[in-house]
Amino acid sequence: MTASANRIGRHLISIDDLDRAGIERILDRAESFAEVSGREIKKVPALRGRTVVNLFYEASTRTSSSFELAAKRLSADVVSIRSAGSAVDKGESLKDTVQTLSAYDPAAIVIRSPQAGAAQLVAGWTPASVINAGDGKHEHPTQALLDVFTLRRRLGSLDGANIWIVGDVMHSRVARSNILAFTRMGASVTVAGPPTLIPRHIEALGCQASTTLDDLDQADVVYVLRMQNERMRESYVPTLREYAARYQVSGRRLNPGQLLMHPGPVNRGIELSADAIDSPQALIGAQVKAGVAVRMAVLYELLVGSPILAAVA
Amino acid sequence: MSEQAMTPERLFYRPGQPAEVLIRGAHVLDPRSDLDGAHDVLVREGRIAEIAEPGSVQASSDTKTLEANGKHLLPGFVDPHVHLRTPGQEYKEDLESGTAAAAAGGFCAIIAMPNTAPVVDEAPVLRSLAETARREAKVPVGFLASITKGLDGQELTEMAELRDAGALGFTDDGKPVVSGGMLRKALQYQRLCGGVIALHEEDPALSGDGVMHEGAVSARLGLAGIPSISESTMIARDSALALYEDARVHFQHLSAVESVHALEAAKAAGARVSGEATPHHLTLTDDLVRTLDSRFKMNPPLRTETDRRALAEAIDSGLIECIATDHAPHASHEKEVPFEQAPMGTTGLETAFASLYTELVIPGELELGVVVERLTAGAELYGLPTPRIAPDAPANLCLVDLEARWEVGAEGYVSRSSNCCFHGRTLHGRVLLTVAAGQIAHRRRLLVEAGALSR
Repeated sequence: MTASANRIGRHLISIDDLDRAGIERILDRAESFAEVSGREIKKVPALRGRTVVNLFYEASTRTSSSFELAAKRLSADVVSIRSAGSAVDKGESLKDTVQTLSAYDPAAIVIRSPQAGAAQLVAGWTPASVINAGDGKHEHPTQALLDVFTLRRRLGSLDGANIWIVGDVMHSRVARSNILAFTRMGASVTVAGPPTLIPRHIEALGCQASTTLDDLDQADVVYVLRMQNERMRESYVPTLREYAARYQVSGRRLNPGQLLMHPGPVNRGIELSADAIDSPQALIGAQVKAGVAVRMAVLYELLVGSPILAAVA
Repeated sequence: MSEQAMTPERLFYRPGQPAEVLIRGAHVLDPRSDLDGAHDVLVREGRIAEIAEPGSVQASSDTKTLEANGKHLLPGFVDPHVHLRTPGQEYKEDLESGTAAAAAGGFCAIIAMPNTAPVVDEAPVLRSLAETARREAKVPVGFLASITKGLDGQELTEMAELRDAGALGFTDDGKPVVSGGMLRKALQYQRLCGGVIALHEEDPALSGDGVMHEGAVSARLGLAGIPSISESTMIARDSALALYEDARVHFQHLSAVESVHALEAAKAAGARVSGEATPHHLTLTDDLVRTLDSRFKMNPPLRTETDRRALAEAIDSGLIECIATDHAPHASHEKEVPFEQAPMGTTGLETAFASLYTELVIPGELELGVVVERLTAGAELYGLPTPRIAPDAPANLCLVDLEARWEVGAEGYVSRSSNCCFHGRTLHGRVLLTVAAGQIAHRRRLLVEAGALSR
């Protein structure tokens, strides 16, 4: 990272856009917005009169609703577009859609796409700030930030923490952004899953790789990924039964001191057992809750920047 | 050469005025003619009439004289792998624009691939293309026909009739011939009709829905990878088939170190096989895909530095005989989409020489003479005469300024498409003049403006 530590750029496309100081700055900001979310009137005027466009080309509950709430709690005008029923459905290209929406002079475009690199392309076509809300299997930086936020609240610091990311790493943008974010915050990361779902050379991201959960007891945090049914049809795993037998994280596999995370939505009984989900070790609910405050912080840092507390108070 | 009279015409172009030009004082470099020094070269009636000491040739008053001191005169290049997109996709390229781009890159002959719409899988399609080339092509064009009808891998084309109609050879390029049994029949049929069988090697089951090289970069980007073994295992299989049937097979656009090893083993075993490598695989790596710029999406994909170096070494040793561009134009609306959605391919005709000179010759990885030889070697592989700078040879020449620096794309492109993987790079070496089949096919405008080309 460069000398411009603690500076946030105009876009958030990848965790690589942030150094540790930048991440911490967003998390600190999120702490102050978390306080706003606890008030009866959950609104600050920071983005009054400015427009945020949510452009979602892929189904999403958590991410789209939390971005929408985040923008509204900052008093922005929000336009949310989903591919179904929009011009996108009529064959309009991403470029044309973005240029059309840019005519409304939005301050930010939040985009989710099934294609890697979509957010970066959009950034080249609009004067607005662009926030990547998930691009293909590439990255999901705001998920990683809210995960770091949740963990930091619980652990105080990620320095020296041993974090295992378990499951379908190959098809997971959450895994990629989290490997980058966790290691940047001082944690050491191991990914574990079936050999067919751990990409070759994943170690190049700065993590270790394992094909069993034999050493899972070394983990301070167990981050479990969603296992999608379609992976079975594609022969990545023979059956979900076999997958669950080898890789399901259950109360039996977890130590009492370990923390459990999952980006949602959970497949109960597949990657996680019911007892694990409902255990007090699970931070899954806290992750969802952190989503709004962290996304408020991201919007704020990209669109407003420096003098802060006045706007919050 | 009575045999030649029997064979059908296999190169097609628009006939025009034979060149009359005296190129004075250029550094003439043609390894096959043992030429490597300053000479005057006189072209008369489209043939090389005289090669002599600089300043010694007197041209007649109606011959243009080109003062070419400090420039390099090379044999014209031959590109055995070009997509001209016609018939059917003329919005990407056609015979006129594609051959103009070839001429701008110093090529004096190119070979067009048959994966058009319709596919070149019947003699009438080929005859009609040849007719168009006779009207439009600025440099001679040869055509490959497809191995299987509609490139579907199911039924052989009428290979003998296609050969009679002028096909230089056969390929399903863009796709592999998946069935070993189907390829074997084509190789057997080659005994009847001749013609090189050129293969795009890829195992679709291993490539899956891959969009880039499988490696550290694809792991980082979450993009599905095309492993190197997708290519090399098919080369190994088809080399064994070629050896068994004593067939002549050419492997197109090799991209991986494993493929180089497979080619080496096939030759050691006695198979009649040859290979080509592209300028982009010889100069670029998958690291560029980190930008997610679809200009860097091609098939086969850019691979690692280890692969790149292995290809350059194989070009140096001659294990891979020739350089081919795999010029693959696409419209900007097709390429300006997220990486995974973009079609595969990069243009390459206009940048081939300059990219190789800049990235391989200047750093000392390859000698200029080797690059020139490999840029012309495609002709012989397909049974065409090799361009040479020699007395009485047909004039197939290109004059280049090695000192000239230019930004790729800054002046636009001669090709109808702009999807060039070298876009925005500053390259050294610019083609000033191309003479193809005895006709001036390209002359750089600045050269004329500067008055260098004068009577």
